[in-house]
Amino acid sequence: MRKSLEKYYRIDKLPHIWCPGCGHGIITGAVVRAIDNLKLDKDKICIVSGIGCSSRAPGYLNFNTLHTTHGRALAFATGIKLARPDLKVIVLTGDGDCTAIGGNHFIHACRRNIDITTVVFNNSIYGMTSGQYSPMTPLGAYATTAPYGNIDRNFDLCKLAQASGATYVARGTVYHVPQLIKIIEKALQHKGFSVVETLSICPTYFGRKNKLGSPVKMMEMLRDNSITVKAAEKMPREEMVNKIVIGEFFEENAPEYTEEYMKIIQRAQGEE
Amino acid sequence: MTMTSKPRLMQGNEACVEGAIAAGMRFYAGYPITPSTEIAEIAAERLPKVGGKFIQMEDEIASMGAVIGASLAGLKAMTATSGPGFSLKQENIGFACLTEVPCVVVDVQRGGPSTGQPTLPAQGDVMQARWGTHGDHPIITLSPSYVREVFDMTIRAFNLSEKYRVPCILLMDEVVGHLRERVELPDPASIKIINRKRPDLSKIEYYNPYQDYDGDGIPPMVNFGEGVPYHVTGLIHDITGFPSTKPEVTEYLISRLMRKINDNLDEIIDYEKFYTEDSETVVVSFGSTARSVIRAVKILRREGQKVGMLRLKTIWPFPHKAIQELPPTTKNIIVAEMNFGQLIEVVGASAKGRFNVIGLNKYNGELISPDEVIAKVREVNKNA
Amino acid sequence: MMEERVEIRLSGSGGQGLILAGIILAEAAILDGKNAVQSQSYGPEARGGASRAEVVISNDEIDYPKVTKPQVILALTNEALNKFKDNLAPDGIIIIDSSVKKADTPYKIVQLPIIETARDRIGRSMVANIVAVGVITALTKVVSREAVERAILKRVPKGTEELNKKALYAGYELVNQLT
Repeated sequence: MRKSLEKYYRIDKLPHIWCPGCGHGIITGAVVRAIDNLKLDKDKICIVSGIGCSSRAPGYLNFNTLHTTHGRALAFATGIKLARPDLKVIVLTGDGDCTAIGGNHFIHACRRNIDITTVVFNNSIYGMTSGQYSPMTPLGAYATTAPYGNIDRNFDLCKLAQASGATYVARGTVYHVPQLIKIIEKALQHKGFSVVETLSICPTYFGRKNKLGSPVKMMEMLRDNSITVKAAEKMPREEMVNKIVIGEFFEENAPEYTEEYMKIIQRAQGEE
Repeated sequence: MTMTSKPRLMQGNEACVEGAIAAGMRFYAGYPITPSTEIAEIAAERLPKVGGKFIQMEDEIASMGAVIGASLAGLKAMTATSGPGFSLKQENIGFACLTEVPCVVVDVQRGGPSTGQPTLPAQGDVMQARWGTHGDHPIITLSPSYVREVFDMTIRAFNLSEKYRVPCILLMDEVVGHLRERVELPDPASIKIINRKRPDLSKIEYYNPYQDYDGDGIPPMVNFGEGVPYHVTGLIHDITGFPSTKPEVTEYLISRLMRKINDNLDEIIDYEKFYTEDSETVVVSFGSTARSVIRAVKILRREGQKVGMLRLKTIWPFPHKAIQELPPTTKNIIVAEMNFGQLIEVVGASAKGRFNVIGLNKYNGELISPDEVIAKVREVNKNA
Repeated sequence: MMEERVEIRLSGSGGQGLILAGIILAEAAILDGKNAVQSQSYGPEARGGASRAEVVISNDEIDYPKVTKPQVILALTNEALNKFKDNLAPDGIIIIDSSVKKADTPYKIVQLPIIETARDRIGRSMVANIVAVGVITALTKVVSREAVERAILKRVPKGTEELNKKALYAGYELVNQLT
């Protein structure tokens, strides 16, 4: 780790609990590097998480950090942001935390366009409870609760976010780190609700259950299967199977929730 | 308190919001549910006028989460709900208990279980207010009987919650929530407000968010965004706020959480005695039911019956002392409650066989009437 | 007919403004320097369905806040009359709308065209509740005319004050024509 980045970590809490080969440390590192590149005021950052492997990340980060209940990170984060709009609020969540138990909070946070950056650590599995399928587990994949293959169709999180009203939507992977850092930087600078879905790898459960080989093999799969948004536009449908489309999907300027609420305060007080 | 406001007709749910704002509430998150909805509606109108924030969340779970987030960020925060919504809030109420985040949760009780009877009164959430969330945890629960008392008790709920860093439940019911009544409100300057204890950071080298610096079991609190980064987790944690599975850390934390309440029972517990000095039969009640009991006691006393009332304003922690201190003349305790018999279990445990403990229970969506209390007292006195 | 405690039950269907009528009577009692509480009972419907508002007025502290043996009942529907007609204080009176079919009851019934007056004379059937408030005030004197007028002006939507005052006076007149 670069010495200059140490201030962002709670070094005494390391080593982390993640398995060897897990991609989550890379995402956490990318978040820290994006914060450092933007020179954000450390004391004004709140990092909020739910429950799961991803949600242990805030414990290692030296900010105001809040490890909440399963699926509810965005609800807590909404309270913090509305109470203190001057704080930079970042939610770190997983595919199960965000899209299953927290799915309703996710679409409503998107809809409100509240100025929160959400980074979804998508490893396609429930890791903390040892390998059950999530709403992001691909069709046909194996999990401890899908011993004959998964028949649940998975979400396209970026489409879900955009349709729900998020105003910055992008996807990266733990293989494409420089791009991931850039995307998170843009998300942090965006005024409104920003979503960065990041494909992570879980060699211990998803990898083993689906015979994907070593962590290096899984990283190579991310490399080989990823295509850019531009390339995807030109690619015939049949070739798109199993492809991971990465890059920025959507960006727009729209009224931000806490700013709109400040106008409500002015309106209410003007009436008096 | 000095009265300054003109007498006015005010609804219980409105008095709750007025009390909350007087106590310093500047954040409300809620979800519509009968019979508590007026609290959200009035909060939506009143809060921005005082620079506060209101948000209607997507559900009750989210409302409770947002309230905890806002409180951590430094605002006094409240949510209000009824039966089904109270059930949904429970997991996050437990989070606030363990992480010691002050907040007020109003439950305007309606008939249950399940959807039950949305527009009708009940007092069936007595035990849920105590043990609705899982695991051992501290909690304070207050129950008002009058509209004016809703105002005062909402302030007290905030004060206790801030002082002890514990969620405080205001256990109302449909009758007192929807009742409109003549009230005179106190001069705001005369209202005692308690704010959360803050650390003197100039004297602390490294702030541990869960260290009992003062030996009173209540760690001083820094709000998020005040330049002192720290970690808050719903996992069992040590004084630094980080997770621990050590038995001694676990035991210390749980016992400290309980101790900060149990060491202060005299300050937290409040009740009203009415004609108990020489009574042979005492009716224990709370909330709107107590108003029927007061009327019944007045009528029975005119007849010369030795009957009194103990009205519990604090339900949890339970006022065992109030039961145990009843005069030697007392033989019978009637517990009047709009449920199948919840508080009676605790009263019975408190009585330890010293009194006959008899239930007066009604669970048909109607308030217990004075006539029913009178009939029960007569029946008990005849059998005694 | 003022006793220590006066109980009033306003009954009919949802959307008839009975709760507002109850609030106005309670507010007027407070303006008269008395104690008052108002409570309500209603079904899940915003419009239609059975609805009732109850008011207790007293010179004393009001402990039990509900109505058990009302001195005054207003019934604007057949259903309401049949439900409540047999349970009043000994000297109680029942005020019914002319659209309501009279029923057997040991209590005095006063029948007046409350809804018709609102619809035809005032031109807005939605002010039937205020006509009823006028009838109750003139007939029972539970609240003063001055207080009830002030209470109406406090509680009705802005811009409808004159309309509601007219409705109140029309209620008084209905009672005047009785004698």
